[in-house]
Amino acid sequence: METEVLTPEVQEGFDCVYNKPDTLTDTRFHYCPGCGHGVAHRLLMEVIAELGIQEETIGVAPVGCSVFAYHYMNIDMQEAAHGRASAVATGVKRVLPDKYVFSYQGDGDLAAIGTAETIHTVNRGENILMIFINNGIYGMTGGQMAPTTLANMVTSTSPYGRSTEWAGFPLKITEMLAMLPGAYYVTRQAVHTPNSVRKAKKAIKLGFEYQKLKRGTCFIEIVSNCPSGWKMNPVDSNKWLEANMLTMYPLGDIKVPVKEGQGE
Amino acid sequence: MEREIRLMKGNEAMAEAAIRAGMKAYFGYPITPQSEVMEYLFEQMPKRNFKVLQAESEVAAINMIYGAAGSGARVMTSSSSPGMSLMQEGISYIAAAELPCLLANIVRGGPGLGTIQPSQGDYFQAVKGGGHGDYKLIVLAPNSVQEMADFVFDGFKLAEKFRGPAMILSDGALGQMMEKVALLPEGSLPHTVPAWAATGKPANRPPNVITSLYIEPEKMEMINHTLQAKYKQLQKEEVRYEDYQTEDADIVLTAFGLSSRICQKAVDLAREQGIKAGLLRPITLFPFPEKKIAEIAETAKVFLDVEMNAGQMVEDVRLAVNGKKPVYFKGRMGGIIPSPEEILHEIEQISEQVLSYQN
Repeated sequence: METEVLTPEVQEGFDCVYNKPDTLTDTRFHYCPGCGHGVAHRLLMEVIAELGIQEETIGVAPVGCSVFAYHYMNIDMQEAAHGRASAVATGVKRVLPDKYVFSYQGDGDLAAIGTAETIHTVNRGENILMIFINNGIYGMTGGQMAPTTLANMVTSTSPYGRSTEWAGFPLKITEMLAMLPGAYYVTRQAVHTPNSVRKAKKAIKLGFEYQKLKRGTCFIEIVSNCPSGWKMNPVDSNKWLEANMLTMYPLGDIKVPVKEGQGE
Repeated sequence: MEREIRLMKGNEAMAEAAIRAGMKAYFGYPITPQSEVMEYLFEQMPKRNFKVLQAESEVAAINMIYGAAGSGARVMTSSSSPGMSLMQEGISYIAAAELPCLLANIVRGGPGLGTIQPSQGDYFQAVKGGGHGDYKLIVLAPNSVQEMADFVFDGFKLAEKFRGPAMILSDGALGQMMEKVALLPEGSLPHTVPAWAATGKPANRPPNVITSLYIEPEKMEMINHTLQAKYKQLQKEEVRYEDYQTEDADIVLTAFGLSSRICQKAVDLAREQGIKAGLLRPITLFPFPEKKIAEIAETAKVFLDVEMNAGQMVEDVRLAVNGKKPVYFKGRMGGIIPSPEEILHEIEQISEQVLSYQN
């Protein structure tokens, strides 16, 4: 992929209020305009830069829209087979136990084909951070139904809307995972408003900080939009997300670490 | 190097050899007839310097291998036929991402759930590439407990030299039977973390990325050329075989692994009767000793390929013989091990029908 330098010069008379961190490469995102992946990538890399752990972090990219995450993330990375990111991350963490390891997966990857790996990684309490982007659709393959697709939601493989009678129900895998003793910190965030972006960044930072404690898996779901897959413009997709996705997938912490002395 | 003599099962000897060869991590899933490998490793883990993890499936295990190998660790997994089928996707990715690792298939009878008895029915899967795309495994076929142990060292060496997966293709009999084994000492195979490994990016180098994805066909073709060049080099430099009395032989048996041991006995029995028999045993199934077989085809009168399957390696033997001499096949399937007498009977028949006619 062509590398294009996009960092602009700060013009005279202007103050620089935001810079891309060193942890992002200069490669232009291939994501559709308005897609949440770009924001999620940026947050993740900002946190790694702020914590100063670029040299100690290994990321695992999935199969899905973020398959090329390693083009943008300026860190050592491994590209996993479809659904297997958390197994690959397990392999990494078990031989490099003192490094920071994260996986980054979409809903099809994590909650359909990779369900077994997801559940058992969290159940083992692997000391990794799992980032789960839930946009309720298979973006890369052209907008097919995902396990998280809402009831009656139109996709290319549910053209008349998802029939729960035929295709089952939207899977709330994050709540399922929170039940597992290996899960240390489980939260659901979004990146569709400035406020939600700030909260999501805080959660990601916690996810990395907790990893140092070696007390179990940190799992962050980020409810995201898919303007192309949903066939909406970015603004409408964020409104639709707020009105529909967040009803099924409410934001907030689902499992937080028990403070010392408080017991279970 | 001073070797330690032990009496061990093939599976345990392989596991012990892996620890001595400096294996850093093993990821696996139980399946008969190879479960002793992981059991032995778990028993040894607290006392020695390596890690073992029981995965939730063979699919997860092979992807853990991918992750750990990509981190630069010396890693290994083992399984048996149905489990190895589940690993094929991951093995294709490992080959494409050029990650060294050692795999062991303790083959049982198939297809399907099959039987837990020994078989050689996975030759095609191991040698022709069981997963998708143009790739090869380096395949070593032991025929004794001693070789089950020794080939662990050879497998790691070759995998690391050629940056790809190597496989020990064994079977349930070799895995389960006990023999004397002379083990190499611990620390005799040094290992350093390779420069390409994804271990965390220091400020002074670009990111290391482990991937098998090249969306531009021109780049993907380049990767394929790289792989094919390695396989050519393997064919040139790393072919191994055992030649047993083929020099003056009229009838040359070809067999690998367990079958080759039975055939060696059958050759002795045939020689006692005055039949000039010999045995060519490929040790590396890939790279295959095709040149040696072609050379033998100049002097031998007839070939008899013996396998515990419906006839898999025989295709490669026929390609090597290239029509110069007839190639017969004798196989038993479904977990049956042929007896030396059964093979001798085959040799006698061929000797009577083909050799007497040719004379």
